[in-house]
Amino acid sequence: MTRAQAGLLLAAPALVVIAVFFFLPVLAALALSLTDFDLYALADSGYLRFVGLRNYVQLLGNPLFWQALGNTLYFTVVGVPLSLAVSVGTAVLVHSRLARCRGLFRTALFAPVVTTVVAVAVIWRYLLHTRYGLINYGLGKLGFAPIDWLGDPHFAMPAIILFAVWKNFGYNMVIVLAALQNIPEDLYEAAELDGAGAGQQFLRITLPMLGPTLLFVSIMTVAGYFQLFAEPYVMTLGGPGQSTLSVLYLLYEEGFKWWNLGRASAVAFVLFLMMFAATALQMRLGRQAAA
Amino acid sequence: MRRTHAALLLVLLAVSGCGGHRDVTELRFWAMGRESEVLAALLPDFEREHPGLRVRIEQLPWTAAHEKLLTAVAGDATPDLCQLGNTWIPELVALRALEPLDARLAATPAIDRADYFEGIWQTNLIREAAYGVPWYVDTRLLFYRSDLLHEAGFAEPPRSWAEWRQVLAAIAARSHGERFGVLLPLNEFEPLLALALQQPEPLLADGGLRGNFTNPGFERTLDFYVGMFRDHYAPPVGNAQIANVWTEFGKGYFTFYISGPWNIGEFQRRLPPELTGRWMTAPLPGPEGPGASIAGGASLSIFRRSRHQAEAWQLIEYLSRPAVQQRFHQLTGDLPPRRSAWAAPALAQDPFARAFRDQLERARPTPRVPEWEQIVTEMRIVAERVVRGEFTVHEGAVELNARADRILAKRRELAAEGKLL
Amino acid sequence: MRRRPATWLVNGALLVVAALTLFPLFWMFAASLMPAGQSSTYPPPLWPSRPTLANYRELFAHAGIGRQLLNSLVIATSATLLALTFNVAAGYAFAKLDFPGRQRVQQILVGALVIPAQVAMLPLFLMLKSLGLVNTLAGVLVPSLAGVFSIFLVRQAALTVPDELLDAARIDGAGELTIFRRIVLPLLTPILVTLAVFTFLGAWNDFLWPLIVLNDGDRYTLPVALASLSREHVQDSELMMAGSVVTVVPVLALFLALQRYYMQGLTAGAVKG
Repeated sequence: MTRAQAGLLLAAPALVVIAVFFFLPVLAALALSLTDFDLYALADSGYLRFVGLRNYVQLLGNPLFWQALGNTLYFTVVGVPLSLAVSVGTAVLVHSRLARCRGLFRTALFAPVVTTVVAVAVIWRYLLHTRYGLINYGLGKLGFAPIDWLGDPHFAMPAIILFAVWKNFGYNMVIVLAALQNIPEDLYEAAELDGAGAGQQFLRITLPMLGPTLLFVSIMTVAGYFQLFAEPYVMTLGGPGQSTLSVLYLLYEEGFKWWNLGRASAVAFVLFLMMFAATALQMRLGRQAAA
Repeated sequence: MRRTHAALLLVLLAVSGCGGHRDVTELRFWAMGRESEVLAALLPDFEREHPGLRVRIEQLPWTAAHEKLLTAVAGDATPDLCQLGNTWIPELVALRALEPLDARLAATPAIDRADYFEGIWQTNLIREAAYGVPWYVDTRLLFYRSDLLHEAGFAEPPRSWAEWRQVLAAIAARSHGERFGVLLPLNEFEPLLALALQQPEPLLADGGLRGNFTNPGFERTLDFYVGMFRDHYAPPVGNAQIANVWTEFGKGYFTFYISGPWNIGEFQRRLPPELTGRWMTAPLPGPEGPGASIAGGASLSIFRRSRHQAEAWQLIEYLSRPAVQQRFHQLTGDLPPRRSAWAAPALAQDPFARAFRDQLERARPTPRVPEWEQIVTEMRIVAERVVRGEFTVHEGAVELNARADRILAKRRELAAEGKLL
Repeated sequence: MRRRPATWLVNGALLVVAALTLFPLFWMFAASLMPAGQSSTYPPPLWPSRPTLANYRELFAHAGIGRQLLNSLVIATSATLLALTFNVAAGYAFAKLDFPGRQRVQQILVGALVIPAQVAMLPLFLMLKSLGLVNTLAGVLVPSLAGVFSIFLVRQAALTVPDELLDAARIDGAGELTIFRRIVLPLLTPILVTLAVFTFLGAWNDFLWPLIVLNDGDRYTLPVALASLSREHVQDSELMMAGSVVTVVPVLALFLALQRYYMQGLTAGAVKG
């Protein structure tokens, strides 16, 4: 057997699977988004019609879509920087020469990442309870009035962001930590000789050296945060007042709750375009910053 | 690698081989909420009578039941039979998921159509064909703390909206914002729907092709409903924020609660003993005196794809027996749809059921279109946003109407093409 | 020493952050041992007055969570074995075996990384319906059969295998498949473990797809069962916490046992990708 034959033989199974169960459905989704596939069509394909771009036009004219988009952007724009800040902060702490038991701390801070979203969202739902939750109890001790975290449209999304930051920061922390370990120690020693304090060292050496890594984790985190679903599904059902309805939640409701597969596919492609645009934008900004 | 393959094979075998190989026929029965928990107590007798049958109950939470049902239909993974909210029947019939039952009904002596309340039977008919057998009837009315009502200076529960607001104002004056007059959970559409059915205008226009929410009647209802929150008679919360409805009702956190018959049983079971005799049920107040409410309830239906339809029918026959329905009532508080089952002393003399029997006289059905569940979901969502002050009452009505029209767009097109069945 | 206060500060901050991070998991465990109703009292208790296993008994005896634990185990294990089978072979081929169209296919796969999986979900459901796989464990497994990310992870590792080693084996007359089995696989063991841990955790924690595909309680995975249970039993917080413990502990244990591999994969994918 030649190398080329062996390569085909070894690659083919995975490629066939990806073609059949990923690329084919993606193309089918594109086709589906141009039809009015719905409950009626599900019962009888005679009710299925080609509608061109109507689903997209209607979607853009639907205030609920804009609200879902707004909620998703809110979650991303506030959540991602917050997550990254906590990741970098904890990574610097763990990386510090002064830190004891680094491995232990790294593991502890990473633990939420491997837990199941649904399970920990259930925990947080109780921690966030207005009257019996420990979070309000703690705030009460500090003199704050109880907050109706998951029942008040103004606080539901912040609560979900808090939860998401807690759940996810460890992931980027580990990546940033690896990047910190790659920064040559003599840079800091030189800066110290120049009399730069810890803060200045962080700004002048650490952050610039972390640049490419931060760009990478930011792109990945934004892509992940755009796919917000399980948190509101378990914690708020998209409420109160649809304040935690995300784009993916809207897709789930249109598609798998009401079976408007045509419209849901349009939502899926809009989500795809958004994520694509966000990624391209960040790469561009990253390139500008590097130049 | 070879060992990996063997392990893989084993796992695949385990995955594919999870069906049963026994001689007994297993009936898959989907039920919801409290009923699904209670069913287990009714089944041993049935299984004794039918030794070849085993019933496997699948418990669905009510909040996820509708989407689970549609997903099952869409994926050809329906059970044999199911407990169905009767407003879902048009949708499932449009999906051709249910088996018509007329032939079986004609052949069976066990289910006598004349014994059923007519209004409830009607909700199971689509173009004169029956797709479900009523299991229990359900309407929404007031549960209230009679002791708190007395303390507020009223001997009788209110009968009209005006009287109701007087009572609520009196309770609010005494409770200093720590307790509430009424609980209207924002995650339920039923309280608002019940109040909306009290208006003369139908909820959909043009024979179910358009929304009909921008009319004085619906706006009056929406204003009354929202007014309860505006005046702090009702806390703006969903069920999830009330840690436990029964505990809070027992603590007097609210005096009135709009709910259905199953809560008779739940309240009796879950309220502390010292509350016996301190709560009661009453018909729902209407704009000008006792008002209408929802002609709800659940039916038992057989799925078209079931391979055990005859056996599923036997289970429906069994569950429809007056004696079984009486036991079911004792276990759940659910009200039987058959007059003969109401004759039993347990039900005839039940003080809590009296208001329901009265209310059932004024029960009105909801529009029978497949899109109804989606429309009524939007009704809840829009109402919640009016309560939160994001829309005025009028804006809310307009928004809801627009959403309903959008949902019904395909139906209008099909009707225009003459393709609507 | 000037360092003393700084040392205190750094370690103190780490302790506080770690305590805050672990607190929800600690409370989950504590509440799961509380008798029904104790966690809904004020002030909220941190530890059960009298620890009890009643919630676990209730979960396993009545809610039948043992069955769902088994489902999750079967699904996560199968997903892991399948992913290893498909992706390792493909990853090696992309790294070391030049086959026609390799560059082209590789570019297409990189492009595919941008497409969110949810786009494929709706038609995939209709496909499973026509295959009769809705509401089966096999249906849950379909999307995890092969993954672009995993292929590239293996490819990165396989690139480090020295060509001389492979050529030497070829000169000795070894066939390509023998080389893959005898030489490459042993060298790739660390990345195989990494991939296995990743896939297992991913499959165990996956929610949306099993939620859609499965509609039979007996076939639910733990996350789907827990979400369903949490709707029906909002008020039974202690029971829900026990359910969370059952769901979370297996993955936490697996992670703790194999975290070296997990962290390696994580940083390898990030720094080089």
